[in-house]
Amino acid sequence: MSVFEAILLTIITASTPLVIAGLGELVVERSGVLNLGVEGMMIIGAVAAFVGAQMSGSPYLGLLTGIVAGGLFSLLFGFLTLTLVTNQVATGLALTILGLGLSGMIGEGYVSVPGVQLHEIVFPFLSDIPFLGPVLFKQDLTFYLSIALLVGVNWFLFRSRAGLKLRAVGDSHGSAHALGIDVIRTRYLAVMFGGACAGLAGAQLSLVYTPQWVENMSAGRGWVTLALVVFASWRPMRVLAGGYLFGAVTILQFHAQGFGVGIPSQFLSMLPYASTIVVLVIISQNRRATLINTPASLGKAFVPER
Amino acid sequence: MRIELEKRPQVSKLFGLLSPLLALALALVAGTIMFAVMGKDPVEALDAFFVEPLLEVWSLHELAIKAGPLILIAVGLCLCYRSNNWNIGAEGQFTMGAVAGSFIPIVFTDWHSPIILPLMLIAGAIGGALYAAIPALLKAHFNTNEILTSLMLVYIAQLFLDWLSRGPWRDPQGHNFPQSIDFPPEAVLPAIWEDSGRAHWGIVFAVIAAILAWFVMKYTLKGFEISVLGQSARAGRFAGFSSRKMVWFAFLVSGALSGLAGISEVSGSIGHLQPAISPGYGFTAIIVAFLARLNPLGAILSGLVLALTYLGGEAAQLSPGISAKAASVFQGLLLFFVLSCDTLIYYKIRLVWSRVRGGAA
Repeated sequence: MSVFEAILLTIITASTPLVIAGLGELVVERSGVLNLGVEGMMIIGAVAAFVGAQMSGSPYLGLLTGIVAGGLFSLLFGFLTLTLVTNQVATGLALTILGLGLSGMIGEGYVSVPGVQLHEIVFPFLSDIPFLGPVLFKQDLTFYLSIALLVGVNWFLFRSRAGLKLRAVGDSHGSAHALGIDVIRTRYLAVMFGGACAGLAGAQLSLVYTPQWVENMSAGRGWVTLALVVFASWRPMRVLAGGYLFGAVTILQFHAQGFGVGIPSQFLSMLPYASTIVVLVIISQNRRATLINTPASLGKAFVPER
Repeated sequence: MRIELEKRPQVSKLFGLLSPLLALALALVAGTIMFAVMGKDPVEALDAFFVEPLLEVWSLHELAIKAGPLILIAVGLCLCYRSNNWNIGAEGQFTMGAVAGSFIPIVFTDWHSPIILPLMLIAGAIGGALYAAIPALLKAHFNTNEILTSLMLVYIAQLFLDWLSRGPWRDPQGHNFPQSIDFPPEAVLPAIWEDSGRAHWGIVFAVIAAILAWFVMKYTLKGFEISVLGQSARAGRFAGFSSRKMVWFAFLVSGALSGLAGISEVSGSIGHLQPAISPGYGFTAIIVAFLARLNPLGAILSGLVLALTYLGGEAAQLSPGISAKAASVFQGLLLFFVLSCDTLIYYKIRLVWSRVRGGAA
């Protein structure tokens, strides 16, 4: 395996959680809800997946635990913002603060316990294709899931009736309600889908990326995910592109440290965060493009008239 | 069962006062359940967490030490959030304030003068304000989401501090600890009542800031401008207020207060610079601000409550069976309950038991 191939494989591993959580949040925001709690749901998914895999001995059951935990945790956000119409920004923050604390408490006994790793699935013959084989056909389940999610979300949003309704809810909840669409229910489902995706992304971190439990191991990826959705201007394909871009920056930064570039490691570690800011600035400067794609009801509470 | 909201004809003053208390009570109930689930006697645990720290003079001093930065930061956040500017990066501004203020005693080691301390405090406030100026600039002129930029800057600030205290500012005689030299006595924020405990002037700054901010909000045109622009940028424009200038104002003020909190913490209770200087004050202050219902005076009280959770968490580490993380879980729960209880101010909550939608849609 060439060095280039090895780097590419680590980039894929670093990008997968961003793509998965990003697609989840994209659906949530398309429904008009701004859930800033991705970081919290992700870390809950990570700890749940780790503990689940430890208890069952199966990384796949761990993965499932992560997904379920993320989905259930997001319900807390859904209940507050959708049923009790609390401020979405503040509630998302609350979800993150609670998630970081709760995951620390749950994972306390699991620090420095050797983890269960989710191994790659090898497709016979196909994986022998030079270069493409290992990249496309010798990956762990989460990579295939991220691709399936991409195709699925794209199809759902732009080709299915339910997706059309979801976008209607996000663009004008008042009109959607008048048309007889259950706004609250649609949003609950979207929020839970986003939570499940964030949970899966977290599970990838503690089962694939670094198969162990470290407190705060999401390290701001949830927030990067939120920037990613803005970067993607709410388009699934662009989430993929952006996710891989961010993944590449993260990995190249590690390799630069390994090669002993004369820059202190802390400055290299700043790169993913700094580049997120730079990208956000470039994107948001184009006011018209952002306005066209932003779901018009994003972040606004909906109380049905009775 | 379904929950339905009915908008109150008038905002409920009663629940405006009750909601923080109700939230606190609910969080305590949730905490009790949490301790019970952890297999700990809830009464004993709550006592260790929330009562014992209040019974001794030295720990009241510790309470003041922890409440100081929380209140200072939260006061700034109250103004910020009132004006609809979402500064989430106070933790980074706190860090950069600490760095900017520490610069003086660490770099000019031979300089001894009584003006060092005031200069440090000013430098700290300026450092925090300058760091907050980045998201302000990006929001005001490039329309960039301030939540994400201010948050990314937290990670950058922490890495910068890490580099400084392990690299150029590391004390060569520091016995291999990654920390700067200890500040000389004239660069240390003095204790208020030296005989009874460690509490330093940070808490006094906090109370003064809270009163000033409350006065500004209640009695000045600036305060009116903040609320108008916060409620509706459009209405503000008609009144001739500039939301762009407000972005700058909100971020610079909250950044300066966070920076002041940072340098006060470092020079008052730590005494040197090190990679970790904050147990998440910048984020906990968000809870303080909301528990205070974005009222600067209320932040004094809610800052003390949240400070107590830190003390309780430290005390819990000593008694077996309670996780030190319980404090941050409690803080998160508290914010959830605060937000839910605030719904009662604007809405009546009705439980509907039938499966059929009540009334015509």
